[in-house]
Amino acid sequence: MPPVLELRGITKYFPGVLANDAIDLSVEKGKILALLGENGAGKTTLMNILYGLYKPDKGQIFINGEEVSIHDPSDAIARGIGMVHQHFMLIPVMTATENVMLGVEPIRNGIFLDKARVAKRILEISKQYDLEVDPQAYIGDLPVGAQQRVEIIKVLYRQADILILDEPTAVLTPQEVEGLFKVLRSLVANGKSVIFITHKLKEVLAIADTITVLRSGRVVGTVNAKDASQEKLASMMVGREVNLVVRKKPASPGAVVLSVKDLYVRDERKNLTVNGASFDVRAGEVMGVAGVQGNGQTELVYALTGLAPVVSGGISIMDKPVRHSSPRDILERGVAHIPEDRQRHGLILPFPVRDNLVLCTYYQPPFAKGLALQQKVIIEMAGKLVDQFDVRTPSVFVPVSTLSGGNQQKVIVAREFSRPIKLLIASQPTRGLDVGSIEYIHNRIIEKRDEGTAVLLVSPELDEIIALSDRIAVMYKGKIVDILPAAKVKKTFLGLLMAGVKPSEALQEAPATTQETEVERVF
Amino acid sequence: MTTNLVQKNEKKTNLRNRLAAGILLLVAGLAIILLFGLNNKPGLYTTFRLTPQGDKNVIPIPDLVLPVQPAIYILAIVAFFVGGWQLARGIRSTGILAGVVAFCFVAAFLIWAARDNSMDLVGMMNTSLVRATPIALAALCGVISERTAVINIGIEGIMLVSALASVMVATLMHNLYAGLIAGMLAGMIVAGLHAILCIKFKVDQIISGVAVNIVGTGATSFISNRYMQVHAEQLNNSGVFPNIPIPLLVKIPILGPVIFENNLIVYLMLILVAVIFVLLFYTRWGLRTRAVGEHPKAADTLGVNVYLTRYVNVILGGLIAGVGGAYFTIGSVGRFDKLMTAGKGFIGLAAMIFGNWNPIGALGSSLIFGFADSLQVKMQILKTPIPSEFLQMAPYIVTIIVMAGVVGGVHAPAADGTAYEKQ
Repeated sequence: MPPVLELRGITKYFPGVLANDAIDLSVEKGKILALLGENGAGKTTLMNILYGLYKPDKGQIFINGEEVSIHDPSDAIARGIGMVHQHFMLIPVMTATENVMLGVEPIRNGIFLDKARVAKRILEISKQYDLEVDPQAYIGDLPVGAQQRVEIIKVLYRQADILILDEPTAVLTPQEVEGLFKVLRSLVANGKSVIFITHKLKEVLAIADTITVLRSGRVVGTVNAKDASQEKLASMMVGREVNLVVRKKPASPGAVVLSVKDLYVRDERKNLTVNGASFDVRAGEVMGVAGVQGNGQTELVYALTGLAPVVSGGISIMDKPVRHSSPRDILERGVAHIPEDRQRHGLILPFPVRDNLVLCTYYQPPFAKGLALQQKVIIEMAGKLVDQFDVRTPSVFVPVSTLSGGNQQKVIVAREFSRPIKLLIASQPTRGLDVGSIEYIHNRIIEKRDEGTAVLLVSPELDEIIALSDRIAVMYKGKIVDILPAAKVKKTFLGLLMAGVKPSEALQEAPATTQETEVERVF
Repeated sequence: MTTNLVQKNEKKTNLRNRLAAGILLLVAGLAIILLFGLNNKPGLYTTFRLTPQGDKNVIPIPDLVLPVQPAIYILAIVAFFVGGWQLARGIRSTGILAGVVAFCFVAAFLIWAARDNSMDLVGMMNTSLVRATPIALAALCGVISERTAVINIGIEGIMLVSALASVMVATLMHNLYAGLIAGMLAGMIVAGLHAILCIKFKVDQIISGVAVNIVGTGATSFISNRYMQVHAEQLNNSGVFPNIPIPLLVKIPILGPVIFENNLIVYLMLILVAVIFVLLFYTRWGLRTRAVGEHPKAADTLGVNVYLTRYVNVILGGLIAGVGGAYFTIGSVGRFDKLMTAGKGFIGLAAMIFGNWNPIGALGSSLIFGFADSLQVKMQILKTPIPSEFLQMAPYIVTIIVMAGVVGGVHAPAADGTAYEKQ
């Protein structure tokens, strides 16, 4: 029997880039194929070709052994291909039913939408595949996991046999990921085939039958999940040996750089989300803030960087209170900020790379003389930073929005690290990045620490916190519940604290420390 | 301790908002007394006529006769009472509060303005509906265009062009229906131009709309000065659609003379509002239209043709605005004068926003603007001591108040104003 789907020699050029280079791929019926690769390796381009959003320059597509040509999404849908996009294609102000029926609306009495019929079908599908969804719910009211289930139902409603999921776990909590995997297993058990696009090694090994690895638009190899290991896949992806462990010397903490006392901050909805947090960060150490997302970390960072007003409490940086300072005053005191939402707070997307690289200093000499910007100096400086920080960009004149996520993050890191800094506030610095970029950013942060910079690292990824931090502050409901030395702390103990268990009780349930000295970074 | 302080602050803010709204109501009550309640001779009466004079179609009902002083006091007391209630207990809905204040104030104003006189209330309501007609049609054009995320601020220009086209064709062909069709076609052509600029060439939608307005006012003013006024008899003298009483329905007191005794264009407006409401929320066209306006990429990935949907809706909007343009000439005075739309296209856009991009809401807010317009006319007839220049400002002042104050809870289509780029 021929494979359900086969791609032969798919090639796609974009201006100046070869996005896909003679890619061969095949998917068997009832199996899960993982498409693994770094950001920018060409995974999404390939799938967009398959779904009819892009036209390939060369290559053939076979479905059940028969050659087909796909010009637009309706062709793909008609051939039984369905796609769950990374950024959901759902309309928040409409109900699940309306979203599912859009494009293939059944009609009653000549002109009216037959919503009842669709709702009934949704319930049938949701029963068959264990996809719990309320057809009448508005998408905007649903959590992300439920929205994803609506997307999957949308695809199944169109009777797709091949489901493409583009980075489906990027937006999910660990529990939701478990739920998604259950659904995928029941899909293949019912004879569907799945293409699962990701750059997360752990997930690939957990769910896939076969794994095809892409690098710079080429297929590096296809392996059976059973025979693969994280190390092997990582080096296939990146093209060199990847160091899965952060190596660092013991810290030598100096004077207190950042001191936070009894801090109260409100979020945008005026709720008190930082609720009396106190801690210190010293020069030459990494203080990690661990906690489940939404426990006040975001607002804490906003307050420290002057982006949100402080309700009460004190913040001082190098013994100077900065509670009422503007963001510019704070950064002029030697504070670098890698923001959680890099596209909203870190970059001005339509601006060219060179301007984004001097956003903190453009008004100072040598970049400005009186009222005039010194373009020559700025361009020269930008060129130097792009080389030094290995930002992959066609030139320093292209809008920063055209760069991949990892390279956008490198632009921020380059900008912040190129100034003399005393304190680095890094919020989820590796969110959504691939293995190579994560390794790079981690090493840079440790480098800064060794130079004597105080680092405050906020991240919901426990592995990242443990790998980088010297001390770990656990944040729960806006308070710092405990501060522990990182070298020997145990993950289960941290997990209990993050879930709100009191330190004394958590100690009884799990020992606080182990003898581990090197912690493996997991992706 | 800090937490307590914070909670206290929170309570303070709530209390402050409640006090502010309550005090505003009390001030409104006081204003009613100060403006309208003083200097009234005792024993004055205001008569509101509920049956139009000389109308033989409708079943007659007695007039509403109110004693001026007590009625104004009662309205002031209602405002005071609601204000007091707000201060003591707090009312959640600001909509109810705004409604009560507006009603008390307007009613007191009418009673005061028509004191010792009689006022044709039904006639005024009918004028409101008639004056709301072009505004509602403009708003409807805006609704179906913006529901696909194409902003059309060129409605004013579209209406001017179709006003001119309809009266010219109607005069030349001696046929009002031909004029109406010509108005619709003219609207579709001008809107089509806007559509091509915005959708195909991805010109900024505001700039394209401004261009449509400039071309519309410029071209119609030129043609008007050069031909329409010079050869008025041959080109600019069409007559108007007659009022058609609807049998039976016209007999209903109040409703009959207000709604069921109008000309074709007013009926057409009411039908279009209802039809587009149903189409927009209960049919395939409507679902796709809304999807394209909210998330064009999602619609595209499901095989909906984003560009086609936008073309269809913008041009259909042009047709509706064309009917609105025809109202000014063959629906109301039978001749074209330059700039005769007088900003109704823009007021229509305000009505669309205030009506939350919903046809029924757009009609409702158009009626508020129409009421302000007819009030202004009425007040000039009644010879109130307010200068007529101020009265003529009424519809525009209402627009500003509505746009500045009440709007806020509305939701524009998410992709509104952005061109769609297919990869």
